[in-house]
Amino acid sequence: MARMKFLCDSERCIECNGCVTACKNANETEWGIQRRRVVTIDDGEPNETSISVACMHCTDAPCMAVCPTDCFYQTDDGIVLHDKDLCIGCGYCLFACPFGAPQFPQEEAFGERGKMDKCTFCAGGPEEDPVRQKELYGANRIAEGKLPLCAEMCSTKALLAGDAQVVSDIFRERVVYRGHKDGAWSAVTPGEMSEEEMAVRAEAFATDASSPVIAKA
Amino acid sequence: MKLTKKKYASSGKADSKGLGLSRRSFLKNTGITTGGLAAAGFMGNSMIRQAEAKTALSPDVPKEVKRTICSHCSVGCGVYAEVQNGVWTHQEPAFDHPFNRGAHCAKGASLREHGHGERRLKYPMKLVNGKWQKVSWETAIDEIGDKMQQIRQESGPDSVYWLGSAKHSNEQAYLFRKFASLWGTNNVDHQARICHSTTVSGVANTWGYGAMTNSFNDMHNCKSVILIGSNPSEAHPVAMQHILLAKERNKAKIIVVDPRFTRTAAKANEYVRIRPGTDVAYVWGLLWHIFENGWEDKEFIRQRVYGMDEVRTEVAKWVPSEVENVTGVGEAQMRKVAKMLATNRPGSIVWCMGGTQHTTGSNNTRAYCILMLALGNMGVSGGGANIFRGHDNVQGATDLGVLSHTLPGYYGLSAGAWKHWASVWDLDYEWIKGRFDQGKYRGKQPMNNNGIPVSRWVDGVLENKDRIEQKDNLRAMVYWGHAVNSQTRGVEMKKAMEKLEMMVIVDPYPTHAAVMHDRTDGVYLLPACTQFESYGSVTASNRSIQWRDKVIEPLFESKTDHEIMYRFAKKLGFADQLLKNIKVVNNEPVIEDITREFNRGMWTIGYTAQSPERLKEHQKNWHTFDFETLKAEGGAADGDFYGMPWPCWGTPEMKHPGTPLLYDTSKPVAEGGLNFRARFGVERDGVSLLSEDSFPVGAEIQDGHPEFSDKLLKQLGWWNDLTPAEKTSAEGKNWKTDLSGGIQRVAIKHGCAPFGNAKARAIVWTFPDKVPRHREPLYTPRRDLLDKYATWKDSESMYRLPTLYESIQKQDFSKEYPIILTSGRLVEYEGGGEETRSNPWLAELQQEMFAEINPYDANNLNVRDEADIWVEGAEGGRIKVKAMVTRRVDRGVVFIPFHFGGKFQGKDLTDKYPQGSAPYVVGEAANTATTYGYDSVTQMQETKVTLCKVTPA
Repeated sequence: MARMKFLCDSERCIECNGCVTACKNANETEWGIQRRRVVTIDDGEPNETSISVACMHCTDAPCMAVCPTDCFYQTDDGIVLHDKDLCIGCGYCLFACPFGAPQFPQEEAFGERGKMDKCTFCAGGPEEDPVRQKELYGANRIAEGKLPLCAEMCSTKALLAGDAQVVSDIFRERVVYRGHKDGAWSAVTPGEMSEEEMAVRAEAFATDASSPVIAKA
Repeated sequence: MKLTKKKYASSGKADSKGLGLSRRSFLKNTGITTGGLAAAGFMGNSMIRQAEAKTALSPDVPKEVKRTICSHCSVGCGVYAEVQNGVWTHQEPAFDHPFNRGAHCAKGASLREHGHGERRLKYPMKLVNGKWQKVSWETAIDEIGDKMQQIRQESGPDSVYWLGSAKHSNEQAYLFRKFASLWGTNNVDHQARICHSTTVSGVANTWGYGAMTNSFNDMHNCKSVILIGSNPSEAHPVAMQHILLAKERNKAKIIVVDPRFTRTAAKANEYVRIRPGTDVAYVWGLLWHIFENGWEDKEFIRQRVYGMDEVRTEVAKWVPSEVENVTGVGEAQMRKVAKMLATNRPGSIVWCMGGTQHTTGSNNTRAYCILMLALGNMGVSGGGANIFRGHDNVQGATDLGVLSHTLPGYYGLSAGAWKHWASVWDLDYEWIKGRFDQGKYRGKQPMNNNGIPVSRWVDGVLENKDRIEQKDNLRAMVYWGHAVNSQTRGVEMKKAMEKLEMMVIVDPYPTHAAVMHDRTDGVYLLPACTQFESYGSVTASNRSIQWRDKVIEPLFESKTDHEIMYRFAKKLGFADQLLKNIKVVNNEPVIEDITREFNRGMWTIGYTAQSPERLKEHQKNWHTFDFETLKAEGGAADGDFYGMPWPCWGTPEMKHPGTPLLYDTSKPVAEGGLNFRARFGVERDGVSLLSEDSFPVGAEIQDGHPEFSDKLLKQLGWWNDLTPAEKTSAEGKNWKTDLSGGIQRVAIKHGCAPFGNAKARAIVWTFPDKVPRHREPLYTPRRDLLDKYATWKDSESMYRLPTLYESIQKQDFSKEYPIILTSGRLVEYEGGGEETRSNPWLAELQQEMFAEINPYDANNLNVRDEADIWVEGAEGGRIKVKAMVTRRVDRGVVFIPFHFGGKFQGKDLTDKYPQGSAPYVVGEAANTATTYGYDSVTQMQETKVTLCKVTPA
């Protein structure tokens, strides 16, 4: 069984926002709702680093744990989805989420926070009618055998999406090429260690695609 | 950027109702979508927003897949556009496209929004008593045409200015130049003038052609890449895919030289901060170390470079202390970078507007070329001068001559050039001549004299008419796909607009030009189609030509550029001549006929073998071209290079594969090899200009040789290789003017480049500076350097107009305006930004015009982050923007992005747009605050260095 993950390779991410507008293109979320965004650290400073962030579809998702209406569920592929018909817009998931993924419409007509919206890994949501599904949850590319449009359109192939094993294989290969001592999340210092050492390091850093991203950034 | 991702823009959503009929509303009415315009009237804005944003559809509607090319920069990314019921419903990544492998930046990834076009100009409009009034196409063309004829009678054809576009397809660009020619003027130009004109002049004068020499894909093979005045992370993001591949796989060293620590610099191995406007000094500083250490490629220079010794003499003056004094870069870093370049070959140089948009632009571009020549980096894979062009078809529009100084194909404006094109057009040369003003101005006839460049149309309106080399001032301007806010001197531009008798704006959007002036009459807006509502060819930066399908039918009442040209030509009385050999169907000239016509004439740069049939074949088979080499392996285009990068010699039947790398002698000419062009004669001062012992593989002339002509063929005994028909055509002609292509065919058959085989020249004796020299900007804060590095004397006439240098530089503005002002791009927007700021997916990401300022200056000036400030340029133009306090810029430098418009000196102009067509985001145009200054060869505008002062607002 595949386990779907995102990984943003910060050595490649140039903050072009291609992923952000690709998401708009696929899901047509309204103005103000950004399921994906690019975060830049040390903006304009020598260590400037950018990384594209959305729902990371956590294995043990905190949003699921805190939701009072239990509107979240995880697909067999490990994608975290939620049911907008059950969502009451309380915002607990937003406080629980370490990535700031849940979004709420800001100016809903009748003064509510509105139904929570977040990245679905382009897997739609719990709604049979395709037109209504698209309207509520956006695209269901997974059903068409496609991956999220943000990753598919990434300008430098920084943002990877897919089965965690495949994603980490791609990333591991890059790390070996680069010869970082510290995965991809440090300054480039090639030649500091042997190829074997690098491969061992790469293995360690690449197996869980999601967790170190924010911690190291 | 910090100032982004806010809630709704002030100009944003309030007027999103009343949008007129669109393809989408057609869908809604047929019940395919759930929302609808019917609901719009009685709901709040937030509800409308939701309904407007959805394009839900039934999956049962059959999909048609179109292949098109992104229209937002010159990388040329392929796109799959899925269309249902005539509506563009999906955009899928083209993983099999050889340039981008499906990748897009923010602009490319939002391309489908063009199919919505809610803020488009919906129908022709004219300004009557300060109000926009809807008119029919017929009325608009009639009224405009009558006024033009009146101006023509009173002032001659040169008083109407035809400002064309880098957003035309190749066919439209060609037709536009032909149109202006038959109207009888050289007052025709486009954005390339203010984009890479100094590249074309500097580079073509060094080795023959003024274009990017290698390709994005070939950059995988670089061992080093030096980017100077180029920020591909924002301006050409998909190029970064290729550059980062070189960095990862090839351990290429990436060096970024820029006054600003850009997003590209964040990915570099070495970042070098220079003072704006000191490029020549910087490059000479590198060469000083290279020569000092003997790191130059001596054999390459012996074989293929002329005049390097004169450069050595100039470079010898640039000792490390002087380089540091002028550029601000210390000896250690200069040496480090020089060594990086020397030890990591082949290496490539990349430059963009940061290098070109200077009064000294033509010096900068030549200095960059000379650096590559000294290192022996030219004509090799992984090397080259990789000049990234801007708009999607700025390369093509340049090649096809939407320029005031040349006809298509860089033939120039001499009588010979006109006769060549007259024969291609199948028109009587004397008739064309008769269309021009027959007067002489300073001894020059308008037909053979450079027209006013786009950078200077303001002066063409405002300058005393006795000082212009034409009969009268400009009286009417046609802005056809042009963003006026990308041009400097906004305050004077406003004056010029108000003095004009008529402004005609042909564009998918109203543009800043529709609102920045206080006119109440005499402005027409004509809605043009985007390239997704038309089809035809487009030339990417790497010289590859790609074919676009039509994705959707024209939105609203908009029309394609070529149809509008046809309608104007009919009104103005020269449609029969314009379209003599081009069919017209439903008022639209047939695109393929136009392609075939320029194929028949574009011999100089090899635009002759890319027939519509071959282009479409490449389009259909783009998956067969290799990602590394761009060469097709098998399939219908086997052996061709993708898009047949020009020069693609001879006729289509000759099946030349295109030239992927310019001047690469490791391949036969017939397979895309080449050498430097013999463009500047065969000898100078008794020294040969031809190459020595260097020639493409398989050449029968194993040394330098002049360009091919009928005489040379006879001399070599190759004349009889021509067919009888070719002989008739070739008699008295050369490789540029023989319409049969026979001369080119025979030269290539013998392994030789039709344009000769010469050395590149490091000195250009026809330029104001024979050896590129550092000269301080007109508005410089370094008054102490003026003794040594002053600018040129004022010129009485360049491109028909007096041009100031010394008289500006002599005045000291640096006391009142102590800060350097420079400008550049943001990834979300393109050019003047009217199109991209009207795209909600992009506009949402950059809602505020801002100025980057160093914390040191901000604190001294009492400016806080995100506070409103006034930035006032040295000529008094003021813009009110948000401060972004950041170390991205150095002390004493302020950076502003140039994509904003719709505000002018603190005043919001949103309500001056025709209803429903204001962009989602408006902001002060950077160029309201920029100042005078034009390149001494091409009249490129100076946007990268001027002076300003900053005050809290």
